[in-house]
Amino acid sequence: MDILIVLGLPLLGALLLALFGARRFAAELNAGMSFATLVAVVFLVLRVLRHGSLLALQEQFFVDSFNVFLVALTAFVGFTTALFSRPYMRIEQQRGRLGTQRLRLYHSMYQLFMAAMFLALLTNNMGLLWVAMEAATLSTVLLVSLYRTRASLEAAWKYFILCGVGIAQALFGTILLYFAAEHVLGRQGMTALLWTHLNAVKGQLEPRVLGLAFVFLLVGYGTKVGLAPLHNWLPDAHAEGPTPVSAVLSGLLLNVALYAVIRCKVLVEGSIGSYLPGRMLMGFGLLSAVLGAFFLWRQRDIKRLFAYSSIEHMGIITFAFGIGGPIANFAALLHMTVHSLTKSSIFFTAGHASQTAHTQQMDGIRGLVGISPTVGWGLMLGSLAILGMPPFGVFASEFLILTTAMREHPWTTPFLLIALGVAFGAIFRKVQPMVFGESDAPPLSHPPALVPVFIHLAMVLALGVYIPPMLAEWYRAAARLIG
Amino acid sequence: MPHSNHWIVPSLNLLASILLLISFAMLSRRRTQRLITLFAWQGLVLFTSTCLVAYSSGQKEMYYSAGLTLMLKVIALPWILHRLIQRLGAQWDSELLVNIPTTMLVGLVLVIFAFGLAQPISRMATTITRNTIGIALAVIFLAFLMMITRRKAVTQVIGFLAMENGLFFAATSATYGMPMVIELGIALDLLVGFFILGIFFFQIREQFDSLDLSHLEALKEE
Repeated sequence: MDILIVLGLPLLGALLLALFGARRFAAELNAGMSFATLVAVVFLVLRVLRHGSLLALQEQFFVDSFNVFLVALTAFVGFTTALFSRPYMRIEQQRGRLGTQRLRLYHSMYQLFMAAMFLALLTNNMGLLWVAMEAATLSTVLLVSLYRTRASLEAAWKYFILCGVGIAQALFGTILLYFAAEHVLGRQGMTALLWTHLNAVKGQLEPRVLGLAFVFLLVGYGTKVGLAPLHNWLPDAHAEGPTPVSAVLSGLLLNVALYAVIRCKVLVEGSIGSYLPGRMLMGFGLLSAVLGAFFLWRQRDIKRLFAYSSIEHMGIITFAFGIGGPIANFAALLHMTVHSLTKSSIFFTAGHASQTAHTQQMDGIRGLVGISPTVGWGLMLGSLAILGMPPFGVFASEFLILTTAMREHPWTTPFLLIALGVAFGAIFRKVQPMVFGESDAPPLSHPPALVPVFIHLAMVLALGVYIPPMLAEWYRAAARLIG
Repeated sequence: MPHSNHWIVPSLNLLASILLLISFAMLSRRRTQRLITLFAWQGLVLFTSTCLVAYSSGQKEMYYSAGLTLMLKVIALPWILHRLIQRLGAQWDSELLVNIPTTMLVGLVLVIFAFGLAQPISRMATTITRNTIGIALAVIFLAFLMMITRRKAVTQVIGFLAMENGLFFAATSATYGMPMVIELGIALDLLVGFFILGIFFFQIREQFDSLDLSHLEALKEE
């Protein structure tokens, strides 16, 4: 029941906003529905805390230690992004970049996107997972092209076609998975696609078919994670869409896609009994981390810069999941959480920064501290956090990943260090003049909503110093589950 | 098997080869109009083969998914596509395809590769259609090739839909189809995606005065 409410609220929100999205209070309604979803998720989480993991609706939906914190994170960032989007989209509207009809589309699709992500996270059915991932793509395509500029149309087209082809590969992988499972579980009662059932019999699934399935699933969902060399859509979609969309794409969608990959990896590793899936994740992860970091140097657009940073970080997380074992998995889960919080807060400040300077080109953005100290310091602190400065949480997770890599796969350490070092130099060198320096640009017409930024950063800081026992317990249980 | 009629397996194999032939034909067609017709034919072959498999295996659910195929892929999508390009005035658009022979050769290699890849699956499958899994995979790869080699928005979309046809065929060949809920979900996604693309055509056209995707190459890493 709780699960149905969590899924139903954003759907209801999408419907309401499709009807009333053109009214003045649409932004408030959007934030309100996101808040209601967050409350529902809190109740769900409380129930999981009391009774442990749960299965619902003929086992079609489930909550376990792996998805519970992702659901909470998604609801939370969804709500704070809705708060941020209120003044941000008002300013965009004032400047004539968007009409009320476009805002209606935006708000409605935002809620639909949230619903699709909750469905992807909560479903126990690998087929529904695929349907939800595709729905998440579809609901964001029109958001990326919201401004209807040439560049945004191109970005949206690329996003649609690349992710569409990617997700088609994932469907083939899912078909193969079903094919292998059907031999063990039979066709009756639809159990052959339920993850919990598959996980119970993973040792009996035909290894050759599952190995093949994993290649397709990894390439398919990996496209959505933004793993190199399948990452081409990501920087364009992040740079050309409205900033709240960039924040939820980077902070949430990439996590959800990676979640899908890891669910598949658990099954496949159990079936073929070798480290091959883990090795593939390590390879893709390392490549993404290094390539992402080097591409950072070339960027001129602030949102593209942080989009490449997302590629780098998703690479690091994928790499950590690839190593496997309790510590690396724990670190990867922690990194998923802190990256999501930090990156969305950076996009919030980057959005306001480019509104202040009337450009997304970093050469044009100067002296943010002088114009609006909160935006300036928010961007600076966010960048320091994402670069892994202690005592932020990113430091803790990166440190764990690095030490585990040193112990178990020493040859990867130089690559990781190069990626981290290059990223540090590139981002710091570019952010510093934007924050400090001289500028005479006037402040924004609406006071920016920066409470979310500082809440996110405070949480990342707190996670660097102290991880609450309940969260740590979830991480540990999930790490055991992933193996 | 409830009805192991001896004529079913050969006719299924025949239908599968027709499907493959259509995929090759698509690779070499220039006119958008023809491509849409070919796509509709592909859907019809898919419908017939699904009905045959449903009849011979006694899986009632498959009749529904066959019906879904008929409505969506043979009637609705081609009709909408047809109307769409008429409204866009693009029905006689043709593309310059410079290297058809090379594309065909690459296509042949892909087919061989697909059959190799499908070997372990075919050996494990218990369905009467197990021999056609390789063809299904080949159809997917050929559609993929078509998407890579074409520069028009409409053609890329037809390639995308053809790829979905291949996936559907793979699902019926290997496992007698996915559970109904999933099939419905996939069909819904396909339909919604298709509508979004329709909106897209108009937006692209409005901005660029053309549906040629070579205009869409401004976003590149410098």
